[in-house]
This record gives sequence, C-alpha cells and structure tokens, in this order.
Amino acid sequence: MRFIKIPSRLLSGLSPSGNKLFSRLVHDSRVLQHYAQAANKSSTNDKPFDKILIANRGEIACRVMRTCRDMGIATVAIHSEADNNSVHTLMADEAVCVGPAPSSQSYLNMPVIVEAIKATGAQAVHPGYGFLSENKEFAKFLAANNTAFIGPGTFAIDAMGDKLKSKQIAMNAKVNTIPGFDGVVEDADHAVKIAGEIGYPVMIKASAGGGGKGMRIAWNEKETRDGFRFSSQEAASSFGDDRLLVEKFIDTPRHIEMQIIADSFGNTLWLNERECSIQRRNQKVVEEAPSTFLDANTRRAMGEQAVALAKAVNYKSAGTVEFLVDSKKNFYFLEMNTRLQVEHPVTEYITGLDLVREMIMVAAGHPLSITQEDVGINGWAVECRVYAENPYKSFGLPSIGRLSRYVEPTHIPNVRVDSGVREGSEISMYYDPMISKLVTYGKDRTEALSTMCSALDNYVIRGVTHNVPLCHEVLRHPDFIKGDISTNFLNEVYPNGFTGKQLSGEEHKHLCAIACAFYARQRLMGQTFLNQTRLPQMGKVMDTLEVQVKLEEKTVTALVKSNDNAYEVSLNGSDVINVSSDWSLSSPTQTLSVNSGSPFTVQCVNSSATGSYQIQFDGTVFDLEVISLTAANLRAHMPVKVPEDQSLVLRSPMPGTVLSVSCAVGDKVAEGQEVCVIEAMKMQNSLCVSRDGRVKSIHCKEKESLGEGDLILELE
Amino acid sequence: MLRPLLRKSLHSLWYTTSVSQSRCSSQATVSIQENIKNKRKRAQLGGGQKRIDAQHKKGKLTARERINLLLDPGSFIEFDMFVEQRCTDFGMDADENKFPGDSVVTGHGLIHGRQAYVFSQDFTVFGGSLSSAHAQKICKIMDQAMMVGAPVIGLNDSGGARIQEGVESLAGYADIFQRNVMASGVVPQISLIMGPCAGGAVYSPALTDFTFMVKDTSYLFITGPDVVKSVTDEDVTPEELGGAKPHTSVSGVAHDAFEDDVDALLKLRQFYNYLPLSNRDPAPIMATEDSAERSCPVLDDLIPNESTKAYDMHDVIRALADNHDFWEIMPTYAKNIVVGFSRMNGRTVGFVGNQPKVKSGCLDINASVKGARFVRFCDSFNIPLITLVDVPGFLPGTDQEHGGIIRHGAKLLYAYAEATVPKITVITRKAYGGAYDVMSSKHLRGDINYAWPTAEVAVMGAKGAVQIIFRGKDGQAEQEAEYIEKFANPYPAAIRGYIDDIIEPRVTRSRICRDLNILASKQQSNPWKKHANMPL
Repeated sequence: MRFIKIPSRLLSGLSPSGNKLFSRLVHDSRVLQHYAQAANKSSTNDKPFDKILIANRGEIACRVMRTCRDMGIATVAIHSEADNNSVHTLMADEAVCVGPAPSSQSYLNMPVIVEAIKATGAQAVHPGYGFLSENKEFAKFLAANNTAFIGPGTFAIDAMGDKLKSKQIAMNAKVNTIPGFDGVVEDADHAVKIAGEIGYPVMIKASAGGGGKGMRIAWNEKETRDGFRFSSQEAASSFGDDRLLVEKFIDTPRHIEMQIIADSFGNTLWLNERECSIQRRNQKVVEEAPSTFLDANTRRAMGEQAVALAKAVNYKSAGTVEFLVDSKKNFYFLEMNTRLQVEHPVTEYITGLDLVREMIMVAAGHPLSITQEDVGINGWAVECRVYAENPYKSFGLPSIGRLSRYVEPTHIPNVRVDSGVREGSEISMYYDPMISKLVTYGKDRTEALSTMCSALDNYVIRGVTHNVPLCHEVLRHPDFIKGDISTNFLNEVYPNGFTGKQLSGEEHKHLCAIACAFYARQRLMGQTFLNQTRLPQMGKVMDTLEVQVKLEEKTVTALVKSNDNAYEVSLNGSDVINVSSDWSLSSPTQTLSVNSGSPFTVQCVNSSATGSYQIQFDGTVFDLEVISLTAANLRAHMPVKVPEDQSLVLRSPMPGTVLSVSCAVGDKVAEGQEVCVIEAMKMQNSLCVSRDGRVKSIHCKEKESLGEGDLILELE
Repeated sequence: MLRPLLRKSLHSLWYTTSVSQSRCSSQATVSIQENIKNKRKRAQLGGGQKRIDAQHKKGKLTARERINLLLDPGSFIEFDMFVEQRCTDFGMDADENKFPGDSVVTGHGLIHGRQAYVFSQDFTVFGGSLSSAHAQKICKIMDQAMMVGAPVIGLNDSGGARIQEGVESLAGYADIFQRNVMASGVVPQISLIMGPCAGGAVYSPALTDFTFMVKDTSYLFITGPDVVKSVTDEDVTPEELGGAKPHTSVSGVAHDAFEDDVDALLKLRQFYNYLPLSNRDPAPIMATEDSAERSCPVLDDLIPNESTKAYDMHDVIRALADNHDFWEIMPTYAKNIVVGFSRMNGRTVGFVGNQPKVKSGCLDINASVKGARFVRFCDSFNIPLITLVDVPGFLPGTDQEHGGIIRHGAKLLYAYAEATVPKITVITRKAYGGAYDVMSSKHLRGDINYAWPTAEVAVMGAKGAVQIIFRGKDGQAEQEAEYIEKFANPYPAAIRGYIDDIIEPRVTRSRICRDLNILASKQQSNPWKKHANMPL
C-alpha cells in the first residue's frame, strides 16, 4: 500500500495481493451460484489465458476479476492515484498505478497502460465499459503487440463507434433505422434547417460515444440552437469529437436492446432482450430482462436483425444492439455497443450464462459454449443502478462523499450486487457516480420486483445522497408494474420533478407509529445505566408515554404503551397500531411488523434528542418529529426562525467545476437567465437565476471547483 | 358550620389532631392552610400572568416550564418556595413587591432517573434580578448538591443585580462564586444561558464546567452595549456583543448554542447522560446494542495517500463511537481541535482529536486552551480520555508567539501530564515535534499508545528536516526520500516502545473497548499538594 504512493514507481510498482483486507471481499456471497452453474456448462476446461489485465475501475473491474478468479486466471488491475485503496485495486493479484486521478491522465492514458501490460506480462486485456472499451486505437495497438483484446475486432469497433457509419451499415444489413439526416451537422443554423426538414421533435446527438452524453432533444428552433451548443461542447469534452447529427425523435419510445454474442467461428447468437426504458436524461436507471412488451415474433425479428448487423461487421465477443420501439412494436436501430454493457447481469440471470467468461473464451479463440437452441428465458431479472446522486434534483444530480456506512443486501436470496466500493470508499467527482448495480431475480416479474423492493429497503448507504428513493418509487408505480412504460416515464409520471413517496392515509399512520416505537425504545435505552449505584437511579421507567408526532405538516397525538418488544401506539385516541420488532438501535436497518402484518424493513437514518427522526420507509426518507406532549405544548411558544431567502442566492446544486460565468457584478439578470455553467461528472449543467434582479456579488470563477451548496452569486 | 370546614381540611394532620381546640383557633389554622395554598398558587405564577405572556412573546419559557421540561415528569422537588425578598428600601417591602419564592426557582429532581440539582432564574419577577434571598436559595441547593454528590444545573435568565438591595446583592453573587469554586471538580456544574446574563453575574457561568446558550435570546457580557457606547463610542448590538454567535465562535466563553429553549433543554437532558454525578462516581456505563467487537472498515480508507491532504477527524470519532454518537463540545470554536463525549461499549469517554481539515490540525492558542479545559474536566470526573493524533506542530507566527502560545500551549501539556484517568492515544498520521509530546504521548503517562500504519512520528516534516540536516548541500529530493523512509512511519517510535502497537485502523474500536475494560481499575495518583500551579 505504501510504495504505490510514490509516483516514480508508477510503472514498476506492482502491489502483491497479500493484503488480508480484501480477501474477505472476494470470497463473500457476491460470487453467485449461477456463475458456477455457467462454468459447468462450458465445454472446455482449458485455461484460455494465464493473466488478464482489466483496463477499468470500480464495479466492472471487480466483476471481470470475479470470473477470472473462477477460471483460475491471474488478474492485473490498473488504477489511478485516487484509487490506490479502491476495491478493484486490492482485489487484483497485481495492481499498477497509471497516473493521477483525472481519467484522461490515468484510465485513458494509453501509453502508460500499454507499459503496464508489458511489465506484468498480461496476455489479454478486458476493457470493461467506458474508458478504452470502444477505442479502436487501443484495440489496434494490442493486436500489434500480440495481446488479446477481450472484445470485438477493430473493424467492428470502428464501424459501430460512429453513428453515421453504423446507420449506413445497418440499413445495408436490412436493419430498421430511424429517419434522419445522414451527415455531420455543420453549425447551429444547419441543425435548425435539418430539423425543419425532418420535422420536430428532433434529437441532436454526438456522432461519437453514447451514454446520453452530448445528447439533447429539441422541440423548436431555440432549443435546437441551445442543444447544438451544449451537445457539441459535451461531445468535445467527453469524446474529443464534437461532430453531431440530427434525427427524428420518436415519441413515447421504449428502449429495448438485444444482447448478442459471437465467436470467430461464425457463430452469432442473440441472448434475448433487455428493456431499459426507465431513463433520466437518457441515462438508464432501471433495467429488466426480458421485456414485458415483446412478443415472441418481435423478439425473434429483433434478435435476427441484431445478429445480421453483427455479422455484417464480422463481430466477435459480446455486444448489444440498441433499438427504439414504438407503441406499435415497430423497432428502429439506435446504435450498437461493442462492449459489455452495464446492465449485462439481467441477461446473465435469465440465460444462466456468464458473459465475461464467454468473452474471454472467444477472445482466446475458443468457440461459444452454446448454440442458439440452448438460449432460453428462465425467470425474470431486474436491475437498479444505484447512483450517488440526489433524485430530487432533476431526477439525479451527482453527489459526492464517503460511504460512512455501507451494507449490501446480499443476505437476501436472489440478490446480486455488483459494486466496486465498500464501507469507507469515497465517491469522488472524478468518476461515474454509480455506487452499484443491484440485481434481483425471480421465477416471474412479480417475484423479481418484490425481491428488489426488499433489497432496496435493506441496502444501507450513508454518507452520500443516493437514488434509492427513485428506484423504489418506480418499482411500485402501477404503470411500471403493468409494464406500461416509455423512455419518457419519469418526466410523465413526475412532471414537476421527483418528490419521493406519497404516503397513503394508512401508511401515514403506520409511519407515525413506527417513529413512536423508535422514540419509546430510545427512551428506554437512554435510561438504562449499568453502574450508577452510589446514588441509585430513582423514578420508574414510564410504560406509557404521551407524545406528539409530526409528519408532513400533519400532527397527531399518540399514547405509546410498551410491552417487551412490541409497542402499542394509539393515535389521536382512536387508531391502535402495534409495532413489533427485535429492536436494535445500533443496527442501521430495523425489520418490523405492523399490526402483525408481514415484516418489512425501515432504516432510522437519523434521530436527535430534540425529537427529529429521519426514517427511510419504502425507499423514501421521511422527516418526523416525536416529542413528549409537554415539550410539544411548550414548543408552541418558540419563535419561528426565518430561513435565508434562497431566491436571492444561487448555490451550486452539485459538486463540480465552473465552466463559465456569464454575468458580472452589477448586471441586471432576468428570471430563468443562465448565469453559470457547471461541469460535473462530464455533464454540463446550466444554472439559472430564479428571479429578476441585479447581481450583487459573484463568489466563484472559471475552472474553480465547487462543493454542493457552495455560493455562486447573490442578487440584490 | 364546623362540618363543612372539617371536610374541607381533613387532609391536614395538624387539624385532625387538634379538633378539640377552639373554633377561633381552628379557623386560624384553616386560614393558614388557605394562605399556604394561595402562596403556592402565587409562586406558581411567578411575576403574574401578564409577565408570563410577555416572556412567551419573547420566545422564552418561564422558569418553571423550563424545569418541567428539563426534569423527568413529576420528579421536581422544590425548595424555598416561600422565601421572599427582604428589602425594605424604595417601597420594596410593599405587599405587591413580595413574590413567594422571589426571582428564582430551586430544587432537585431526576434526569433519566438520575439525581440533579437545579435552579432556574425567573425573569418574570423583577427581571430575574439577584436579591440576597435569590442568592441564598441557589447557595442552599449547591451546598446540598456537594454533600450528596450530584450535579448542579443553572438556568440563567436574569437582568443582573437587584439594585434596590445594593451591596447585599453583590454579596449574594460572591457567595455563589465561592460555591462554584468549591464545587468545581466535585460535582459537574452546567450553566444554560436562556436570557440576559450581564455584569458580575457572568462569572458564575464562567466558573462552571459547561456554559451553553440559546440562540437569539441569550446574552452574556460584562458591560452592555450602552456602557460600551459611552466608554468606547462603539456601536454594537447585544447580539453582536455577547450573543451565542460571538461566544461560541470567537470568545470561546460558551461551549455550544441551541436553537431555542425547548431544543436546549431536551439536548441538555441528553448531555446529562454522559456525566458522572460527582467525582466519587465512575464514568456512567449505559446499556448498548453496539458490539464492542464491531470492526470499522471505514477507517481503513480514511487517511488520504498524500500526507498534505485533509480528512475529517469527526469521521474517525463517529466510526469508533457507540451508535456513531458524538456530543461535541465547542464545535464552532478553535475547530482545529475536536473535543467531546462519546461512549465506548456503553462507557462515557472524552475524545480529543486534531482536526486535519482546519489549519492542518495544528495546535494554536485557542485549540490548546480548548483542549486543556476539556482534558481537565474529564480527569476531574473519571472520564477516560481517547486522543486521536494528527498534528503537524504548533502554529508559527508573531500572532501566536506574541499571543503567548508558549504559555497557552503549556496548558494542554500540563493537563495531559497531570491527568490520571485512563489515557488511550491513537496516532492516525502526523505526530510532529513538541506537539507529539503534548498529545497524550507515552512520555506523559499515556496508558495505551497505538499507531496506525499511516503514522509518522518525527521531529518535523521531511522537507524542513532535510533543510536543517543537509543545509547547503545538494540532492535534497533524495535526502527527503531517505528521511521519509526513515521517519515517516511508525517504526522509530515503535522500536523504542513509545507506542505499544501498530494496529489496523478497523480494529481500533475493539482494541480500545478492551483496553477501557482493563483500565477501569487503573490506580494512579499525583504527589500531595495544596493545589498545582498550572500556567494560567
């Protein structure tokens, strides 16, 4: 650990994995049974490689290493200085530091990575997703150096990496495509002209790359111009290529993609679809396999077109062909991702395959272990991408911090958590804010969804803001349950932004009762001294407490009676609610039962002596106040403290770097005017003032990094 | 005629034993009963409903409401409800100027079942001003608290001296001061300032162990804004001069401030649970569900790779403490040192930690004084000390030197050297120079001294050291590397036995919990002296 700190040893510094800290991580229950099953199916036991370097970080690096380990292949991690102690670094047999924290200087630093490959003698490289996974130069270089690239050939990467080229190839291969302008857009005026020809709405997107970066939808001319500006900037900063294209935007579309896998013997299989329609800002949040929407015929047609496209570029390895599907089940080719997808675990669950294993075998020149006839759909799998972000701000603005408490719900059967973090890990602003992929499986969709809900309830994430509330709400939404979804789901269901779970009358009462039970339990514990004997404790522990509970502006009085581990709470003198549990105030989760109903889990995230409680209930954290009736009555005399007028100040909604400030002190600004652009996690976010006024002071400059809530400017 | 009267006062023992006395006398008795009842009733009302309403309007609770909220329901036993002020000048002896109990409510009760003595100044009676009767009431409970061995909590809300009484009032203050000093180190004393507290009155809170304030409604100053204006021609509001903000962040007079009266009293109840009742009692142990063996993986990743990068010492403390609870003392003053109470395996402990996030965690005048006072409190009341060290040294500069960092830094050194409670030290990263010695080092009778693998015990940082050792010579970078190799690790100290063990951060909690169990029977005493002469 110490010597990889020293930059002069960047390249030669290979840390052995004798560290006992992570052996626990590797052997925990996350190595799922079905990997083992998949391994048994494999036709050959030959070790394809002795050593593989994983040119990635975080969860995907760990994911790849797990399969390598199962196959008896040694692993090499690369890591930035910021990742010296990251899980993937510690998990690998060897680790090489490839540069400072910014990914452009480390995980994208090709020359140094190549040196690392040479120095460690790795025979193959798995690129994961993102970073160098779809970089044809990297693949070429490896080929020239006799190192296997665990992915498709450079021709396929090149052909599919460019949206214009790929669309042409797709059309030639008789794959359905979206109407649009097949060329590079020159400037904003040109974009407006093309948009006029295709007809609004249109989608402006980066020719290179994907993942929603550099992508904007425009419904009119002004939006087209704005979109052009943002997209080209984002494309330039994310992919170093600011070419854009414009195409017809399909209304109420579903995002359904086909997983394919191919070997070098001409075998190309489709492994069924994944539906990834639940997105925010074109980034996926909830994915599932199979889709509720496809019938067998559409599925086969889609699968066959995907295979046709793959064959057209002589594809080998795992890949994904993304389609947009309209309400009439017409599907259009969107793009092909020539890599392992983030959401591959759902496919692994329903097919029983280990895709990483297949990729490694294919890269070593082995044929696929299965044929198209072996591929079936067995059960249902759902994945939630758990992000460090605030879902209450535009469905998710990045947040950073340290995971001060972190417990994955892997004790629940049929739950798989792919993560690259552990308690204590820092979610930094340098990399993707994804904490983990939470995947659940069931014999049918209902079972998979219900397991997901309890997995989310039992997932303990403290220290960073996360999107569990949003995931939970999506899963419980009637439209989602019916499968009635589109990529506009979030915007349509929450037109005014996500506000968290809305409590029913019954739930409101239950939550109040739960808070009362916590209160009573704390009272009991706060009175239990073990050594106060000289002047003995007096008075008796009250077995009945009279309290006032406040939740969402609604105030009720409650009488709380304790009976061992059960609490009988009567609200407003009428509703009697029983809350029972094996209480432990030290445990971050509390599984309890209300009125002897089926047990569920809540988390008391915070509580204070002054009666405030934050309880996570069905994913959403609710603020409650429980205080004695005496205190409640006296609180009526307390002055109401007026909070600062927030409309006069602009604060950074997320941590990031200031790209530009477009106003000066003394300027008059109008409501909604953009005054500052902040880049965070490679997304550009335009910040606008919320009222008319004159700029009184500006508290940041360009290139300065800001924390969440930092003051940007004040109006007068 | 007699029958209804009899029924009315049947509860009176005196009456039932003297039924044979004359009708006239029994009537007198009855009227005494009535009188007592009336007095009690009037005492309950303090300065009357009008003044109570005015008090509420200011966002403040009355003296009695405060006591009721602070103590367990129904546990308050009042003393001296019938005491009245005895001033005869300026018409003070008129009936309407006699308020049963005068301007303070005193007595005792329970907080979470444990004994506490309390006085609560009543602003509705003569603005809570201090008469000799008022002072006498406070002294009475303080005397008893010391004999019994239970803390004294003062709820201050007083306009100052009872001017009508003149020197008697001043005498009253001094009587209280004397008792504050005698009780210091015998029973914990807590002051909660819930209104004005001005002039000589401020010295009572200043002599107690902890002074808390209520935001926006409490003030502490020797001379008010008017006098300030006339003497120095300075325009200042009471809030700017002596409100919660300046006292918790600039002067260091107050140890924390709370939102409002209710908030303050509920928090005080929680705080009380950390304290032993007296110097005769051990640090309290509470039942806990947090395992002493709990591993803290979060600590493994906490120390940044670059030794110049900061981290938050609160994260270390919260990870170690039972239920991640930490009651911080002076959270907004001298933030380069963090002090406060937590529990380890149920037992109250005092944490002292350098805060790398603020001024790199160096020791300066304010941090030294803040730390020293906390260490001495813990030592007085048998609370074990856990010191987390990441200190680059003392803050350099003329400000500090001329401000007397030598004198003030010595206070912290003195406090640690003098302390005989269990002392456990964990060096998390830097322990440089004299500051290493000060921070509960082995040499100052540290009982258990641990180092994390990231610890660097050295005279100074590599750069400075190399500049001195190799002055005027080339190859600084290499020499620096050599120095780092030699000293930027825990070995030099471990080889000499200055640290007892190098431990993985994640096991720190379980090790400390085990150590505390053993050290509970620690016996150590200092040589007899009248009192020590600490560098004040």
